[in-house]
This record gives sequence, C-alpha cells and structure tokens, in this order.
Amino acid sequence: MSTINYLSVLPEIVIAVAACLILMVDVFLPEHRRNVSYWLTQLALLIAACAALQAFARHPGALKAFHNMIVSDMVAAVLRIACFVTVSLMLFYGRSYLNARNLFRGETFVLTLFALLGMQVMVTGNNFLTLYLGLELLSLSLYALTAMAKERPQAAEAAMKYFVLGALASGMLLYGMSMIYGTTGTLDVDLVASGISARHDNPMLLIFGLVFVVSGIAFKLGAVPYHMWIPDVYDGAPTAITLLVGSAPKLAAFALALRLLAGALPGTAIDWQQMLIVLSLLSMILGNLIAIAQTNIKRMLAYSTIANMGFMLLGFLAAGTDGFSSAMFYTIAYVFTTLASFGMIMLLSREGFEGDRLDDFKGLNKRSPWWAFIMLLVMFSLAGIPPTLGFYAKFIVFTAAVTEGFVWLTVIAVITSLIGAFYYLRIVKLMYFDEPLSDAPIVARADTQLLLSGNGLLLLVLGIFPQGLMSLCAFAMTQSNY
Amino acid sequence: MTGASHYLSLAIWVPIAAGIIVLVAAGRDRDAATARWIALVGAIAGFLVTIPLFVQFDVTTSAMQFVEHREWIPRFEIFYAVGVDGISMPFVLLNSFMTVLVVWAGWEVITTRVAQYMAAFLIMSGLMNGVFAATDAILFYVFFEAMLIPMYLIIGVWGGPNRVYAALKFFLYTLLGSLLMLVALIYLYFTSQTFVIAEWYRVPLELTTQILLFVAFFLAFAVKVPMWPVHTWLPDAHVEAPTGGSVILAAITLKIGAYGFARFILPIVPDASRTLTGFVIALSLIAIVYIGFVALVQKDMKRLIAYSSISHMGFVTLGFFLFSPLGWEGALAQMVSHGFVSAALFLCVGVMYDRMHSRLISDYGGVVNTMPYFAAFMMLFAMANSGLPGTSGFVGEFLVILAAIKVNFWLGFAAGLTLILGAAYTLWMYKRVIYGAVANDRVAALKDLSRREFWLLAAVALAVLAMGLWPKPLIDVMQVSVTDMIAQVAKSKL
Repeated sequence: MSTINYLSVLPEIVIAVAACLILMVDVFLPEHRRNVSYWLTQLALLIAACAALQAFARHPGALKAFHNMIVSDMVAAVLRIACFVTVSLMLFYGRSYLNARNLFRGETFVLTLFALLGMQVMVTGNNFLTLYLGLELLSLSLYALTAMAKERPQAAEAAMKYFVLGALASGMLLYGMSMIYGTTGTLDVDLVASGISARHDNPMLLIFGLVFVVSGIAFKLGAVPYHMWIPDVYDGAPTAITLLVGSAPKLAAFALALRLLAGALPGTAIDWQQMLIVLSLLSMILGNLIAIAQTNIKRMLAYSTIANMGFMLLGFLAAGTDGFSSAMFYTIAYVFTTLASFGMIMLLSREGFEGDRLDDFKGLNKRSPWWAFIMLLVMFSLAGIPPTLGFYAKFIVFTAAVTEGFVWLTVIAVITSLIGAFYYLRIVKLMYFDEPLSDAPIVARADTQLLLSGNGLLLLVLGIFPQGLMSLCAFAMTQSNY
Repeated sequence: MTGASHYLSLAIWVPIAAGIIVLVAAGRDRDAATARWIALVGAIAGFLVTIPLFVQFDVTTSAMQFVEHREWIPRFEIFYAVGVDGISMPFVLLNSFMTVLVVWAGWEVITTRVAQYMAAFLIMSGLMNGVFAATDAILFYVFFEAMLIPMYLIIGVWGGPNRVYAALKFFLYTLLGSLLMLVALIYLYFTSQTFVIAEWYRVPLELTTQILLFVAFFLAFAVKVPMWPVHTWLPDAHVEAPTGGSVILAAITLKIGAYGFARFILPIVPDASRTLTGFVIALSLIAIVYIGFVALVQKDMKRLIAYSSISHMGFVTLGFFLFSPLGWEGALAQMVSHGFVSAALFLCVGVMYDRMHSRLISDYGGVVNTMPYFAAFMMLFAMANSGLPGTSGFVGEFLVILAAIKVNFWLGFAAGLTLILGAAYTLWMYKRVIYGAVANDRVAALKDLSRREFWLLAAVALAVLAMGLWPKPLIDVMQVSVTDMIAQVAKSKL
C-alpha cells in the first residue's frame, strides 16, 4: 500500500483551487472585466499542464497514491495533457461565440474547470468509487453547462434529456460496480483484477455486473444503442458547449473504459470483447448511415461521433498493448479533429446566426479559400483519407484488429467508413462546388484564427509524420502495464 | 544500381512544392497570369528532373533503381522507400510529361480560380509519381488515396453540368476498392511483419487466403482500370471533367489500376491469379468487345472516347493474365500508348468544345473545311486509336494479340475484333465530325488551331509516331524487369 502522495495529484489540485478562486474573483469583477476570469482560466490550464508535464519527467512508471485510490501513470499523464490542451482550445475558439450569446460568464469557466477536474479524476482513478466520483463531477458540470443558454429552449430540453439518460447510465454503472464488489469483495482496481484471476470460473453475478459496467461506459462514449442523447445534446447545446461535450470527455471515457475493462476486468476479456463487438458494429453502421440524412452539421457530427466511437471500440476490443494504444491514438486523433470541426462552425457563426446548417458551408471556398482548405482537411481526416491524421487513426485500429484475428469485423468497418466518406464529402462539395448563400465576411479574433489554422494544419502534419504520436501512445501503454 | 540519387524524390516533390507555391503566391483571382507561369515552370521543372531517370536507367537489371530508403513510421516498420524498375519508370516519365501538357492546355481555357486549378494538377502529378515510385505498401497507399482529393476537386469545381454527381461517383467507387485493399495490406503485414512490397513476393500463402487477397486487391485496381462491370464511373467522370482532368484521368489514373495488377496482384497472389485467370480474361474480353459496341452508339464524343478507353484497357488486363513476356510487354506498351492517344483525343475534343461548347457529334460536321490543321492532327490520333501500324497504338495491341493466339486461337481472334471495332467507332466518329458538308453556321465560323493548341497537339503527335515507328527504347527498358517478374509470377507460393 502506497501512502498519500500529494505531488502525484498536483494538476488536479491546481484545477480545483483555480476553479474555487475564479468563482470568488468573478463575483467582484464588473461586467466589462469578464476577460479577467477568462485569462485566469487559461492560466490555470497552463499551470496544470506544466504540473502534468512535471509528473511526466519524474515518474515514467505507475505511481499509486492516496492508498491506491489514485494512479498517476503515463496514460494518465498523456490524457491529462490532452484534456488541458483541448479545454484551452475550446475556450479560445468559443470566446467570441460565448460573448455574442451572453454566455461569457464566470459560471461558464468555473463549470468548465469542474468538468475538467472530473475528467482528470476519471483519468487517474484506480478505485471504482474514484472513477465514479470523477464521472459524476464531469456529468453534473456538463448538464449545467448544456442548460446555461437560457433563451434557447432546445438547450433546456437537451439538458433535461442528457440529465435523465445520464443519471440512468450512472445508476447502471454503479449497479454493475456493486455486483462486482459482491463477487470480489473489493472496489480497488488492482485487487478486483487479482481476485478474478485467482478464480477458475467467473460466477454469473460477475458477468451480470460486467454487462452493467459496459453499458455505463457505452453510454458515456455514446455507442449504439446508448447513443440517444448525443444528437439532441450536440444540437441543443450552444456550439462552444457542444465542443466541450464532444471532445475532452471522450478522452476521459476512454480512460474509464481502460481502467475498468483493461485494468480491473481483464479476466473477463472474452465476455466484454463480445459485448464490444456488438457495440462497435452497431455504432459504426448506424452512426454512419443516419449521419447521411442530417441537414444540420452539428447533428451530422453527432452521428459521426457515434460512428467514430465504434471505430475506437474496434481497436479497444483487440485488447493488448497494441489494441489499447491504437484506441488511445484514435481517441486523441478524433478529439483534435473534432476541435477543429466545431471551431470552424463557430468561426462561421455571428451574433444571431448559428452557422450550423449544412447549407451555411456553401461556397466557403469563394468566401475564404483558406478556411475552406482547413475544413477540407478536417473532413478528409474524419473520412480517414491520407495524408491526414484520421487515416492513421483508422490504420492503426485496423492493424490492431487484424492482428488479433478480427478480419471480418475490419472488413465491415471499412465498408461503413466508405458510407461515412459520403457525408464528409458532401461538406467538401458544398464548400467547393456550390455558390455561397451569403457573402458576409468571416471575422474572428487573431488568436482564434491562428490556433484554428494551426489545429487544421496539424491534422495534415501529423498525417505526414504520425510516428511521434503513435510511439507516445504505445510508450504510455507499455509504461502503464496495459 | 545508382548510388544515392534523389531524382525520384524530386519527381514527387517538385510538382507538389510548385503547386503549393502557386496557391500561396498567386492564390487570388487577379494573379491568374502569375499562377499560370509559376505552374508552367513547376511542371517543366518536374519533367526535367525525370529525364535522368530515363537517361541513367540501367536496362540490364530488374532491381529497383534510384532507390531511396528512409525511416518514416518505425512503429510499423513503414519506410519512405522509393525506386523504379522497367515497369514503373516509363509511367513516371509519361506522367510528368502529361502534366506539362495539361498545364499548357488549361492556359486560356480556365479563367476561374486558376491557381487552384493549376495547383490541383501539379499536386496530383507529384502524388501519381509517388504511386509509381513507392516500394513500401503504405507509402503507395497514401499516394494512391491522396490522389483522389485533387481529382475530386478538379471534376467537381471545373467540370460540366453534372459534375457533382460525377465527382462523387468517382470518389466513392475508387474509395470502396482501395479501402478493401487497405485491409489486404494490413493482413499481409500481419503475415509477414513488413510493408516492403518486394518481400511480399516471397511470403507463402494458402490458396484460400490468396483468393481473398486477390478479391480485395482486384476490387481496388479493377475499379481504377476500370474493368467491366465496375467501369460505370469512368464515362460520367470523363464527360463532366474539364479537358485537363480527362487527359490526366485517361493518361495516368487508369494506368495506376493496371500497374497495381503488375505490382501487387500477380506477384503477390500468383496461385490465385492462375486459378482465376479465366475470370479475368472473360472480363477483359467483355470489355474489349462489348464496350467496343457500346462506344459505337455514343452520341457524345467524350463519352465515346471514355468507352474506347475501357475497351483498350481491357487489352492491358488481358495481356497481363496471359502470363507470357510477350503479353506483358504488349500490355505495358499499350498502357503507354493509350496514355498518349487517349490524352490526345481528349485534347482534340477540348479544342472543339472550347469553340462550340458542345460535345455532341450531331452538332458537328464538315469541321475540316474550317479547321484543316486540326483535322489532320485528329486524323493521326484517330488512326492511332484504331491501332494503325506505324502509330503507337499498333505495338501494344499487336503484341497482346500475338500472345493471345499462342495461348488459344479463339482468344486471339476475340481480342483481334478490337481492330475492327476500334476502327469502326473511332473513324465513324471522325467521319461524322470532320467530314461532310459544313453542318451549321457555328461550324462555319470556327477558327483553326491557335499557336498554343498547335504545338500542344504536335508534341503528342510526335510521341505517338515515335513510339509507333521505333518502340525499341521502351521495350528495352521493360524487357529485363518483365522477364524477371514473369519468373516471379510463375513460382507457386503454396
């Protein structure tokens, strides 16, 4: 048993303190000084990222803390930093958007930081209860953020749906955890794993618990048939919040899946692999098919998320270091692509204009060849066409799946990604082949423009040189003993 | 073996860099003239760097030449590995040459978004050189797929009325094939732990596995060739594409499919190829004969040439699956020749379309009265398309028919029908368009070739005649590589 080790949770401490501090400071700020809270949030993210990098340098191996409640390993370090970058970019991209909709408020930043804290706890949790607490903190903050836009009736509706379904999923997860506790007598991830491997057969109760745990994870990932909330929440929430819901929490959900399925329940791998096969197949097929019928780009991207999580699960279910690191690569690649896609939607939006219909992308090449090019990269990356990052994400997942013998599953995945290419190409078609509906100039802050361009180009650069990110994921998995 | 040379990398990256420079330096519409000149300089530079490939080529070896080998993605042992042998070298040259013509052909014709047009072609040219030069499967695949992006934009942005449908059809058809090929590539990596294509030639594989791999590769390349019955994207894409797009599509993109047969299918899954020979030959003959008849009844000139392309490419696949050096050399010669001839015919149609804005045969008639120089050039290309001795079209068809007769007389006979059919549809079209009385006022008002168009067609005409009269340099380049490849294909991997 390791003792309490405060240093290992330094990034979490930074975020928690910053969230409380900003909550206090914001109360005393006049309306026109709101950007003080904004910059304080960005500063907190920067400090937390530095703290996370520190942990990186000090402990290449896994470090248990708080009496084994927390694990600070390489996977945690990488995912934490990815979360910080994602949330920071989300705030940069969303600044003008939030400002125009009267959402540029202290509450937004504080809730975002609490959501981030929840993600960090999920990423580092080594105990069923820690993981569950992290998940709840994340979810509750996101429910509130979704409902923040009071004048949007869809936002309230979306938040309601999200809350009801999310509560149900949390309940299922907790129920499953309790059954696993019933069979193994512990909530500690390591002890559950050793407890299961010491048995010769897995009792029915354990598998029953596993089903509930997998359902809970699938809900958080948004895999079919637990995907119902995704389109409504994506569509209903203000775009900046959609970006938050659709990006960093995927990293946390991946971590949750990794900690629970690969960390605690490797002994039942045969069972959860079968469940994930079904989830993965349904997500890829349904997500890609329904996305075709959408006319709203946020809904389209929502179904695209569902499909993408199916691909991610394909890598995950291949298991082993290669499988998990491929899923991790896929998730990170997907999150960075999503950031750019919603960033583009917000770039096109103005005060009183959402820019979230597919038709709003018509003739973008005439209005601005540069932004059309960035969106082109995003779409081809989502479609998995080289030389973009999305191709290697698919490639590495397919390789992991084929290596583990899931050749037919891969063939089906490939065919669904062809269906996916259709609706991503449609955006390219709208941008390049059609005439613009409006010729309003695209105005944005300089920092947004710079970061969004960098984000888009990164998809291309990492598509040409993917080795760094690939070996980072593989290194993290090996070091963390998965 | 030549030591460390970078000609292939230059052939790939010079056009791509030129394309990016065009976009950055002359992206705005008012800089159109600058964009044209930069593009032309880039295209010519791209062609010049490929000349050493031919001059310094060692015809006595089948080994890869001008090789470059660099680590790229060590995690999966993927290399930036390029090299050419006698099978791929001619296509790098052909492609770089065609790019110059295409840039030149779009000179005055393209007036909207000139920089993007030129850049798309230059980037595509570099990517296609990459396809022919890659000796690592994933590198090949990246170039192979990335090529779709500029082509999609070319058809969709500068194409005809039905361009959106055509562009999408082109993209999805070709993507379906290539995605299945990706699974095949990954499977081969899983079996052999390497992505080096040449290593795969030696990996033993069971017949069932071979047949499944064959199917995956076959779909990818048959769609690109295109073979009957997966050819339907080609007429649509050709008709709607701008002239330059049609030229590149016909001259180079189709060759990539056939090249895939020679580089991947036959040597990697030889036993499956032998088992399924009958199947492929049947499809090839259907393409040659049936599509030949389809071409006969077309009303649209571009559509007619598109079908003629499918028919001619049937010869290529037929030649490969005869498993003899003669057949292979014929197929490769046919690929090069068809590259020139179909490109020339599309350029001719482009010349007329720019003046009349119609591709329908019925809108023309008696063009020779107003455009005599043009009629003379088109006559030569029509003859080459029908396989007249003395033109490049003859060499390939003759070799393949010869090889076919050696296998089976009736096979040779069926393939030989093309000589009649090809002549029929090409010359009949020629007659209706060029000869006869002047059809209408618009034909009467036609102006003959401009200086630019004259030299453009003259350059291709020269190539067609040179290849027809003196094919030896080309055959020499191929000979050793082909012989060795056939020996490779003859070995069983069971």
